[in-house]
Amino acid sequence: MKTDDFIAMLANEAPPVDRRAPGRRFALALLLGFAAATLLMAAGLGLRPDLADAIHLPMFWLRIGFAACIGIAALWLTLRLSRPGLRIGARWASLAAPVAVAWVGMAVVLAHAPTDARVALLLGHTWRVCPILIALLSTPTFLAMLWAVRGMAPVRPRVTGAAVGVLAGATATVAYCLHCPEMSPAFWSTWYPLGMAIPAAIGALIGPRVLRW
Amino acid sequence: MAISLSMDSPAITATSPTERVADVFSATENELRACFVLGLGGDAAQYRLFLHGLGSHLRAYLRRRLPRAQADVEDILQETLLAVHNARHTYRDDQPLTAWVHAIARYKLMDFFRAHARREALHEPFEDDGSLFVQSDVEPADARRDVGRLLEALPDRHRLPIVFVKLQGLSVAEAAQRCGISESAVKVGVHRGLKALAARIRGSS
Repeated sequence: MKTDDFIAMLANEAPPVDRRAPGRRFALALLLGFAAATLLMAAGLGLRPDLADAIHLPMFWLRIGFAACIGIAALWLTLRLSRPGLRIGARWASLAAPVAVAWVGMAVVLAHAPTDARVALLLGHTWRVCPILIALLSTPTFLAMLWAVRGMAPVRPRVTGAAVGVLAGATATVAYCLHCPEMSPAFWSTWYPLGMAIPAAIGALIGPRVLRW
Repeated sequence: MAISLSMDSPAITATSPTERVADVFSATENELRACFVLGLGGDAAQYRLFLHGLGSHLRAYLRRRLPRAQADVEDILQETLLAVHNARHTYRDDQPLTAWVHAIARYKLMDFFRAHARREALHEPFEDDGSLFVQSDVEPADARRDVGRLLEALPDRHRLPIVFVKLQGLSVAEAAQRCGISESAVKVGVHRGLKALAARIRGSS
């Protein structure tokens, strides 16, 4: 087919584009993913028994806020990465900032703790399972967001896959906060990001294959 | 680089070559962008103008980029135009059209390089957003790959809506009647069919 005929074919009957469709698709994917993660957490792990008391503690909200900030940054980056020609550059800092702030908090907490209590603060009682559980809970958001991004046009599929992974991990972490009994910043600023790193690594691995267009 | 510098210094009155390049560039950006935005709103004539204008700029760009693979230019051009069409909902109003189109063209070009592993072409630098709209080339060469034949190989649910609506120019209602499906199914069929066509083109390269 000649290029002029090809152009004629593309231009013929090209209906108006719904500019809000991508936003709806992303919102649907995120809501479904978060709802599924919360249900999985409630059914498989259970809410923490003292949740009614815990929600009065500032540390409870600080912990959720930490995960939410990473999630918002990852969502912002994912939205930009799924459209061609939008640069990221220094915006990566939005992802690093919550982690950096939490690590400063961890350093302060550990510095003020007695030497023999530090390891206990860092490891808590659940460090073995925490990252794995977060990674498992991230599955629904991970799949739903990959579906949403596949409807767009990411020109950096590996990086986009990683951003989707972080977003899925952060969404899962918010849900996991309703189960997790660990309240020490030393614990959650170490193991939560590690849990998010698992889907991020998977995303970077499969991105070039899954997000190709 | 030179383009953004000359745009930053409007006080200089004598028009240097770089300034003229910048003028051509921004005039093309504005013209094509206007057509494209109207096209997004459903104006098929403006959209066709956009694709024509874009096609000749892309051709010049690809011919420059692929000095040793001129025979592939028309193929990659068609593939890129299809990619632009299929991704047209990802354009954001506040971004320069050049940046958007250039990112898509570069993505498709990299795809081509990966598939063919042409080492000499990989040494060309890619970071020159300004150069895409500077030259244009309206002389098409023959495409190696026949998109029409790839289209024929699509399953009926994708092929028929495209053939009736896009090639024969039937209305969506008429096509729906002939295929025996609903009008919205015809629209979805066209949309998915063009995506499937893009996948076939990718697979054939």
